[in-house]
Order: sequence, then structure tokens, then C-alpha cells
Amino acid sequence: MMNGIAMMTRLLTITLLMASFMASHAEDVPPDFSDPESRSRYYDMIEEIRCLVCQNQNLADSNAELAQDLRNVIREKIEAGQTDKEIVQFLTDRYGDFVLYRPPLRDNTLVLWAGPFVILLLALFLLIRTISKRNAANADARPLTEETRKRIEAILRDDDGGENS
Amino acid sequence: MVRYLVPLGIFGLLIVAFLFGLQHDPRKIPSVLIDKPVPAFSLAELSEPDVMITEQGLPSRPFLLNVWASWCTACLQEHPLLVSLSEQTGITIYGLNYKDEREAALQWLERYGNPYEKSLFDHEGKTGIELGVYGVPETFIIDGNGIIRHKHIGPISGDSLRDTIMPILKQLKAEST
Repeated sequence: MMNGIAMMTRLLTITLLMASFMASHAEDVPPDFSDPESRSRYYDMIEEIRCLVCQNQNLADSNAELAQDLRNVIREKIEAGQTDKEIVQFLTDRYGDFVLYRPPLRDNTLVLWAGPFVILLLALFLLIRTISKRNAANADARPLTEETRKRIEAILRDDDGGENS
Repeated sequence: MVRYLVPLGIFGLLIVAFLFGLQHDPRKIPSVLIDKPVPAFSLAELSEPDVMITEQGLPSRPFLLNVWASWCTACLQEHPLLVSLSEQTGITIYGLNYKDEREAALQWLERYGNPYEKSLFDHEGKTGIELGVYGVPETFIIDGNGIIRHKHIGPISGDSLRDTIMPILKQLKAEST
């Protein structure tokens, strides 16, 4: 029994030690901006920059070390009075346009930007063509003659009576 | 008849797109630093903390700059290849020891061999950011004028060494003579 408790204590100690090690290792300086504008710029920017280690997360969401480093770089640059444009330029000069969640319009991103609109136009074109074709087919149809209409009504009435009886 | 071929055609296009997509590794992002000079840095040598090295102190012949760390398991995978490369071919390899502890890094080199002429100690990872490093190991091929010519992301394999890295080094050697 004593052994069990001693073991548990030891395990707990090890776990806590490891936790404290990990906490100290993940050295992420919490941003402490004096003015609210820098603060909102910081938070807007880390939403817009991709973490390259875990590519479907932005810097705000990612726990990767590189994301922490880049957050610190952004914070330092905002504090140093750099504009958003300068900071984005700094990052794209090193990591390429891929760090941006909104890719800029360039030659190689033209398909990306224009593609959906091209497909939309194509779909509209096909839709209009189908509708006008259908209308043309309907225009060909002649209205029922009085005689045919009466025959149809008679058949329907007959059928109806048959079912009810 | 034609209207039945349309879905088949679209399917065919999708297959081509998927095959293309499968060949493409989204983790490999082309470096924007290709054909650009090595960014300015000033780092201590790993084994000699008092010796500072800057981009001016890099070799004036083509060399490899290998980004590594003792905590990086994939680095261990490519390490024997680098060791034999430096022993057998005499190609100069510089190391960039990325976000590591000096003691751990030196022990690692002692244990697994040191292929590096010099290792730069980038404890903070600032030079890593300058170089656009996002995953270790990464290997840059730099020419005699300090221009980055190629970047290999992830561990070097025998295939990538033979098919990509060696031909580029050979070409750079031919250029410089």
C-alpha cells in the first residue's frame, strides 16, 4: 500500500516536472500592447498569416514553435512602428506568398481568382441556353382543340368514378 | 450520344488533375530565396562561442548549408549521408544549428559524426526565419558568390543526392572554373 502511494507520488512529480518543462519550453511572450490600435493590428495580422508547419492553421491558432517565433517577430515589428505592408513584405520575402491566407492577384494566381467567376458564367450560359431551348420547344406546341379537351375530361371523369365506386 | 460523353470527359479531366495533385507534395513550398544572396547574419560558431561568423565569412566555393538540430529526428535520418559525403567527396558542408542547445548539439555531433566544416549556432532561430526555414532538415546549395541556388526540404535521400544535389554542385563547379 505504501509502495503504491509512493509510486503515485513519484509519477505525479514526474508528470508535473514534464509539464513545467514543456511550459517553459513553449516560450510565447503574451502581447502587451500599450495602445489598442497596435493590439488590433497584431490580432488581425496573425489571423491572416499561415503557419507553414501546420499549413491549415493560421499563426493565431497554431502551437508550432515557428508560429510562436513569427508571432513574436510580428509583435516586435509592430512595436518598432512598421506598417502592415512592411511586415507582410518581410514575411513574403522569406516564405513566399504561401504565408498569406489571401493570395495576391498575380499571373500564377489568375486561375485561382478568375476560375470561380468563369465557371459561374459558364453555368449561367448553359442555364440560359437550356431555358430558351425549352421555351422554343413549348412555342411549337399547339393548344388543344375543343374536341380533344372534352375527350380528356371525359376519360378523367370516367376514371375518377370508377375508383370511387 | 455527345451528351453522354461530356461527364466522361469531365471525369477524365478530374483524373488528370488528381494524378497531378498526387505527385505534388503540399509540404514542399518553393523557396523565394532562390537566386538571391544569403541574407545577412552574425552567428557564433557552435563549438567556439567567441568566434562570430557572418555571411561574409562563408566559403567562396559552392557548398551546402544544412539546417539541423539535435531534437530533429529526420536530421538523424540524413546524417550518415552527409558524413559520407564530406568524407568521400570533400564537398564543403556548413551547418546551421537551428533552435538547439549548444551542449546537446555538440554531444549529438560527437555521437553521430560531424560532417560540417563549421556549424552556425542559431539558438533563437532568427537566421532560420531570414532563410525562410519552416521545417528541419533543410539544405541550401550556395554558389561561390554567396547566391542561394537550390533548396532541399526534408531529409536528403540517396536518390535526391544523386539526381538533384550532385548535378547542381557539378554544374556550379563548372561555372566557377
